[in-house]
Amino acid sequence: MVKRKPPLPAKAHIRLVVNDEAVEASFAPHKTLLEILREDLGLTGTKHGCELGECGTCTVLLEGHPVLSCLVLGLACEGKHVRTVEGMRHGPDLHPLQEAFAELGAAQCGYCTPGILLTAEALLEANSAPTRDEIKLALSGNLCRCTGYIKIYEAVELAASRMRGDPTTPPEEAIYGRR
Amino acid sequence: MLRLPSFTYHQPRTLRQALRIKRDAGPTAMYVAGGTDLYPNMKRRHQEPQVVVSLANVPGLRRIRGGTKGSVVSVGACVTLTELREHRHVRKKHSAVARAAELISTPILQNMGTVGGNICLDTRCNYYNQSYEWRKSINFCMKKDGEICWVAPSSPRCWAICSSDLAPVAVAMGAEFTLQDIDAERSIPARDFFRDDGIEYLTKRPDEILTEVRLPPANGWDAVYWKLRRREAFDFPVLGVAVWIEWDGAQVADARIVLGAVASYPLEVPEAAQAILGSRLEDDAIATAADAAYKPSKPMDNTDFGLAWRKHMTREYVKGALRELRKRHS
Amino acid sequence: MDDGRSPSRHTPPFRVIGTPRWKIDAAPKVTGETKFADDLALPRMLYAKILRSTEPHARVVRVDTSAAERMNGVRAVLTGAALPTPFGILPVSQDEHALAIDKVRFIGDPIAAVAASTEEIATDAANAIEVEYEQLATIASIEDAVASPEPRIHDYGPVGNFHKLIDVEFGDVDAGFSQSDYVREDLFFYEGNTHLPMEQHAALADWSADRKLTVWSSTQTPHYVHRALAKVLGLAPAHIRVIACPNGGGFGGKSDPFSHEIVVAKLAMLTGRPVKITLTREEVFYCHRGRHPTLMWVKTGVTNDGRIKGMHFRTLLDGGAYGSYGVASTYYTGALQTVTYQVERYKFQGARVFTNKAPCGPKRGHGTPQPRFALEIQMDKIAEALGQDPAELRLRHLAPPNALTANYLSIGSMGLGECIRKVVKASGWNERFRQLPDGRGLGLACSSYISGAGVAIYWNNMPHSGVQLKCDRGGGVTVFCGSTEIGQGSDSILAYIVAEILGIEPIDIRVVTADTDLTPVDLGSYSSRVTLMTGNAALQAAERAREIIGKAAAKKLEMSHDRIVFADRRVFDAQDPERGISFAEAVQLAEAAEGTVGTVGSYTPPNSAGKYRGAGVGPSPAYSYSAAVAEVEVDGDTGILRVPRIWIAHDAGRCINPVNVIGQVEGSVYMGLGEAIMEEMAYRGNRNVVHKIPSLLEYKSPTTLEMCDVVTYIVEDPDAKGPFGAKEVGQGPLLPVPPAIANAVYDAVGVRIDEIPITPDKVVKALKRKTAGQTPRFGPSAFPAVPWPETIHVPPPWEGGDGRAVEPVTAGTAFPEERQH
Repeated sequence: MVKRKPPLPAKAHIRLVVNDEAVEASFAPHKTLLEILREDLGLTGTKHGCELGECGTCTVLLEGHPVLSCLVLGLACEGKHVRTVEGMRHGPDLHPLQEAFAELGAAQCGYCTPGILLTAEALLEANSAPTRDEIKLALSGNLCRCTGYIKIYEAVELAASRMRGDPTTPPEEAIYGRR
Repeated sequence: MLRLPSFTYHQPRTLRQALRIKRDAGPTAMYVAGGTDLYPNMKRRHQEPQVVVSLANVPGLRRIRGGTKGSVVSVGACVTLTELREHRHVRKKHSAVARAAELISTPILQNMGTVGGNICLDTRCNYYNQSYEWRKSINFCMKKDGEICWVAPSSPRCWAICSSDLAPVAVAMGAEFTLQDIDAERSIPARDFFRDDGIEYLTKRPDEILTEVRLPPANGWDAVYWKLRRREAFDFPVLGVAVWIEWDGAQVADARIVLGAVASYPLEVPEAAQAILGSRLEDDAIATAADAAYKPSKPMDNTDFGLAWRKHMTREYVKGALRELRKRHS
Repeated sequence: MDDGRSPSRHTPPFRVIGTPRWKIDAAPKVTGETKFADDLALPRMLYAKILRSTEPHARVVRVDTSAAERMNGVRAVLTGAALPTPFGILPVSQDEHALAIDKVRFIGDPIAAVAASTEEIATDAANAIEVEYEQLATIASIEDAVASPEPRIHDYGPVGNFHKLIDVEFGDVDAGFSQSDYVREDLFFYEGNTHLPMEQHAALADWSADRKLTVWSSTQTPHYVHRALAKVLGLAPAHIRVIACPNGGGFGGKSDPFSHEIVVAKLAMLTGRPVKITLTREEVFYCHRGRHPTLMWVKTGVTNDGRIKGMHFRTLLDGGAYGSYGVASTYYTGALQTVTYQVERYKFQGARVFTNKAPCGPKRGHGTPQPRFALEIQMDKIAEALGQDPAELRLRHLAPPNALTANYLSIGSMGLGECIRKVVKASGWNERFRQLPDGRGLGLACSSYISGAGVAIYWNNMPHSGVQLKCDRGGGVTVFCGSTEIGQGSDSILAYIVAEILGIEPIDIRVVTADTDLTPVDLGSYSSRVTLMTGNAALQAAERAREIIGKAAAKKLEMSHDRIVFADRRVFDAQDPERGISFAEAVQLAEAAEGTVGTVGSYTPPNSAGKYRGAGVGPSPAYSYSAAVAEVEVDGDTGILRVPRIWIAHDAGRCINPVNVIGQVEGSVYMGLGEAIMEEMAYRGNRNVVHKIPSLLEYKSPTTLEMCDVVTYIVEDPDAKGPFGAKEVGQGPLLPVPPAIANAVYDAVGVRIDEIPITPDKVVKALKRKTAGQTPRFGPSAFPAVPWPETIHVPPPWEGGDGRAVEPVTAGTAFPEERQH
């Protein structure tokens, strides 16, 4: 038997900066950042796979660091900077990570992709030339069921290389397999 | 989508304010730091606080201080696991602590989860860490809403396990915890912070706030932490082995061996430590210690992997941890 | 192809085919713009929540919804009485109800549903519904189901809790065994596991003022959802529109029509408001339809050089609580054993039982990874017993291309030999197999998979895939097709193929898919059918458009039609490329001459050669082939297994887009690795048969830190049935991974783990047995007695058979005609 819940309290109101744009949001005070982004700010690029912090799908950057938006209370974000996948493009151009993911088919179903892109962006911000092992470790909190991760590593490496200014083409083996 | 129940949220700016809000709100209030333990539990209706008091904005709780010239290292309870594992002094002088932190869940979660949160981590059990609806289908359990501990149905107690990675390390290392109440501060040894009960698993009073973890100065001792789990990310330990050793030249002068995730509290095994005292961690001494740790290690059927293998692994991991210490010392 | 044209006339060089390209949905996916079902919201939308059974097997005595109905914000409460018509994916097992009528069969079975103004209220209201149960004894396992004919979980099926029993023999296997030099019997068990798409199922329904229904859903099979909605809701199909949103992963788990799709539709009809449901991760575990736990007994007889004289396969599948695709799954556990190595005589006995667990169904590889696991380990054992190299043994007895198998499957191109040679060379097999230090090992396994099921889910003689194509005056082309994008790249395939034929770029093409109002029927994204079937349909539509446009262009250019070339967005003279016009201009000419330029294409698979009962499962227009070598490290003290690397070669016929082919191979290896070493659906049989671990934390999906390196080789052995020769790649490469790992474990530490997943505790147990001088093995020890039905006898082609069943010679009766739908 479930207890009768009191009616939901009035909405809370906060100001925050999402993708470098000051926004305001009103929401039921128990809502998470995930719910606010998707339902109150219309930013459905942030996905969710469990809402319990067990998959990494809902990853966004909070003050530049990857966090699980399903476990961040909206009220805790007053005045904070949030970055979602919608903020990754530079104007009309794709971010080098987005470009590399598209080029190598690193987004298959595309559902874990936004979270992985943001985790990778934070990684490259801290480490412009990560090794394969460093990429694996950084992405170990983002589950993907489609790709086996390999195209994702290759795309992060390709983007990192391009962001360092090396005009790089993807390794032939990534595209055609070994011959 | 799983959602939180409704509650009132407070973000006090001082410790005193936090303590007062909590006291005024009574037993229906809870503290939250990183939220990575409490919020999933609230979504599954394990905890249903009417009032949640955030410690995130309390100044002073997010600092790591000391450690210079052989002093105690004070780690604020709201230091994130990322900050802890990346802290230069902690990495260098308290590497077992940094190691335990970096083995917790995932790098993303480490950006959110805190030292205090991991130490106060709710005990876990796969009859308990389930949704309200799931738990209803076993008529709930003793830890929440029910009568029986399904892990041991004839038992009068709850057998949920301590799944913290930092807790066994803190106990092995002889860390001290600082607890703040509205009118007093007290310090207790880490080992006295935990209780052997799945429900009342801490000696901390509900209103008290764990404010800091005091790591002993690094001088002449060494410690390691080994964590067993299915995957190298996400998973809680199914076994943790923390070993602390004080060296006297080539010999072991003092030691503590503590097992995580096999009991409701970090299980210290003095017999195992005894077995290596005075030794140079020769293979025989290690084997004796591993056997001694194997005996009281009694995993229950409430987490990943089978019991027999987890028990078997106690021996293997104690051996491995001691060999690592031997290697580091040579 | 039904008009007699063979696609094999398409020969390289190609402009688009075989070239790495962005998928056409790559940009929306990397920017977060792709709208998955839960990303949709409509004005006035309500949220739905389903109350699910907390009992594994019970009669539902009473459902009291009064408290829920009184709650603020609740707009409608629904119970089974409102939706009495049963449904199910297969016509032979219409055994599900959207909400329970009188009985629940597993924890998670839907009972009632609520629509409310918020999801929070809907959840509280669902939990305020009181259900009175009358408990029934539970059936928790295969052994339980065989041993307990009562209580029956369903009141249909041949006997007791058996859902399906199959017994078919192609030639006299016992005679085959008596001609063999070496005969062995083995038992294997393959644990159940689940798809675990990162996207939880979601559906949104809208009931318009003119009484028409629209349902958006994360489904792989909008056409089948359309049929189920029409049936259960009693609406004219013409008044129902199903739109499959891009799936955030499917892997077979979104191939059935589901309760929640019907429930939101009904709630929308009742409230006159849009209603959305998004399942929780736990509910996704209850939808399941994943890998059947399968117990297997295999007896194989070979000559001294390894020729398979006879093979007898028995499978026993734990189907869970409902039929789902289970009849097909059961047949699949016996279907593809014959397409890799020559099997002279073959007997298959398969059974599926009902248990009080989440229903099993089609997961990547549908019914074939389990027998493949058994077969490939047994081949390894046979090779060792005969003192032969397992790679050589397989190479010597490959099934021949362009031939029928013992069970009347028609093999076209067959690149398995090349696949084996590739991975053998790459892995250093000849120097390293059986020669690595203790604790390290190599293992080889091979496999094959269908490129689409040859027979539809429900009997009909219409095409399996349809494409409409519209050419715009501006040179743009729109392709309409019912196929569903689940991440595998099906939308892109349509664009690539049409672009190749019409000489334009994929970016010039808009693809509209998976909308039952707008697009012609395609049966769905399952059985690896899309590239071959929609590809052929698109090819036909594009060629028909090229015909019309080319004719108009030829007239304008005053040259014969057969000299016309379509390339570089132009239509021109093959002998004088300067002489030509733009594609857009050519379309305008065609429109002026013939009217609006639109064409259709469709694809119907060839009739299967087998005419016996059950012959409908297994036939495919083409078979892909894979070979893999796994390298493992096994710790002898802890049993912990690591897989550092897998070499895999896959015969995909022809790569339409190589980078996506590689991606499918790597993803398949990943899923196979997870099944091999850690994933399992675990239930507590002694605790009300609850699912032990319905979460992303406790159901162990490998992270980046468990995933192995993969070295992939693509073998292109074009098949005349595939568009440009293409065969499947999305499922087949999963199949060799678990047995390759198991064989590698044996190479590493000398123990046989005849059971999936290969967990460290099993390895430790087997190693202890080895030390104790017992059989160094972990695996099942018995196969229960099953009441097999009368055997259907079908002589193989080389014994004068024509694909039909015959009475046993002793019976001496005429050939009975049987048709499997």
